[in-house]
Amino acid sequence: MNSITKKLLETVAGWKGKWEGACSLRENGACVEMRSTRFVEIAPKEGLPGLDIHILPGCAGETVAVPACITDGGIDDLVYNDFHIAAGARATIVAGCGIHTENGEPARHSGIHRFFLGPGAQVRYVEKHAGSGDEALRAISPETEIYLEESALLEMDTAQLGGVGRASRSTKAVLAAGARLFLVERLVTQGREQAKSAFTVRLDGAGAAAELASRAVARAYSRQSFSSRITGNAPCKGHSACDALVSERAQVDAAPSLCARHAEAALIHEAAIGRIAGEQILKLRTLGLSQAEAEQAIIEGFLS
Amino acid sequence: MLEVRDISWQAPGGEQVLDRVSLHVKAGGFTAVTGPNGSGKSTLLKIIAGLERPAGGEILLEGEDISSLDVTARAQKGVCLAFQQPVRFKGFTVGRLLELAAGRTLSQEQACALLAQAGLCGREYLGRQADGSLSGGEMKRLEISTVLARKGRLLLFDEPEAGIDLWSFSGLVSVFKALKRQGGKSLLLVSHQERLLETADEILVLEKGRITEQGPPAKVLPRLSLSCPGCGRGEAVPL
Repeated sequence: MNSITKKLLETVAGWKGKWEGACSLRENGACVEMRSTRFVEIAPKEGLPGLDIHILPGCAGETVAVPACITDGGIDDLVYNDFHIAAGARATIVAGCGIHTENGEPARHSGIHRFFLGPGAQVRYVEKHAGSGDEALRAISPETEIYLEESALLEMDTAQLGGVGRASRSTKAVLAAGARLFLVERLVTQGREQAKSAFTVRLDGAGAAAELASRAVARAYSRQSFSSRITGNAPCKGHSACDALVSERAQVDAAPSLCARHAEAALIHEAAIGRIAGEQILKLRTLGLSQAEAEQAIIEGFLS
Repeated sequence: MLEVRDISWQAPGGEQVLDRVSLHVKAGGFTAVTGPNGSGKSTLLKIIAGLERPAGGEILLEGEDISSLDVTARAQKGVCLAFQQPVRFKGFTVGRLLELAAGRTLSQEQACALLAQAGLCGREYLGRQADGSLSGGEMKRLEISTVLARKGRLLLFDEPEAGIDLWSFSGLVSVFKALKRQGGKSLLLVSHQERLLETADEILVLEKGRITEQGPPAKVLPRLSLSCPGCGRGEAVPL
């Protein structure tokens, strides 16, 4: 593992020298480390690049790390990872991708992750993306599919931390009765970066609930577009909120939509886009912060 | 400590809000400003803190002319302002805002002590968002706490009583009495409340942008209700 990989892993997966539980590290399109444990079985997928990860009954909160890194341009990585979580099992899954370019050639990572949670299973899914290096285009296309059976719970915390030139993000979820989905997405774009994020959530079972929150910061000439569609097919609750801070010549589009297919589907959406409030900056400046420090503190707080 | 000389300010529409206002706050002294709504009290504090630029006049802090300094530079020299309308921050916890104000990491005990001084008790506040989830009164007390956290030399308070409930108001009066007793800081308070005004060493009455009365509370307060209806007579809190 070279120093670039180490740095990328620290950024996107909180790597501190070793993985405690089950893990699989993908570097420049190839698996370079893989470890299963008593409750987590990781195996290469047959016929496709990627993994089948089975989190077995009895798993009580183990962390599974499956990050990917690209350390130079000229690589177009595609990976299919399927996560099968047994009924009642609990786990934290850490994924994400770091891309570094320094030979002037573009690089891309497309991660297609599918989650199949059995009844009562609980997963916290943390996924971060970041880029670094020269002016070459760094692109990501994360696609996430989530299938929650009765009373399953998935908490997804996803973030794009900057340095990604193009991002096309797609998240789809289908929830059975009593299942719950909490999803927080944080996107930061700067320069001429572009990011597109689309959520599609179907609440099929009685008592299903989904909470989607997107926090976006768009600076310089960057562009972002956010769309969400929540469909309620049963007595259920769905809430989508998109907040965006825009500065300089950046642009953000937000298009939340709701589809009620049942009289007892309670669906709400909110979207707010604006620049950093001048009064917030002034207040922080009266506390001794400079204009730039105040803006940075506000953005960090907004994204936290 | 603070010397304000001939400060004037016009509203964008041309209205003369402050007209050659001068005042002096002694080192460790406590001066209060009262007057009818629209008389220029809040504008005066904003100009001293650097949020507004005066059309004329100068401001000296311990003999140094700070008139040309911006908000940040004045804050770094020890000028602290508690806004009349506290600013809400999405994503900031109460604890984080206090740490930004203090300029350092605070222990739970230190942060709680700052909140308690302004009448907010309980550690559960530290993790709460400083946004719309706090009531107006809670935000107001947090605003006061941020100024107390600054450890500045000149503390400016713009109607700290606004939005404070009856029970907390007595605590607020105690805060100002304690600040005065502790010494070391100079206070300039804008208020309509007699119980706060009477804690000051000196009261200035501002009407239509000019100082019309000046003196110790015992001299100024009895004349307020006759000469300046609405001055020193808050409506929300019984005197």
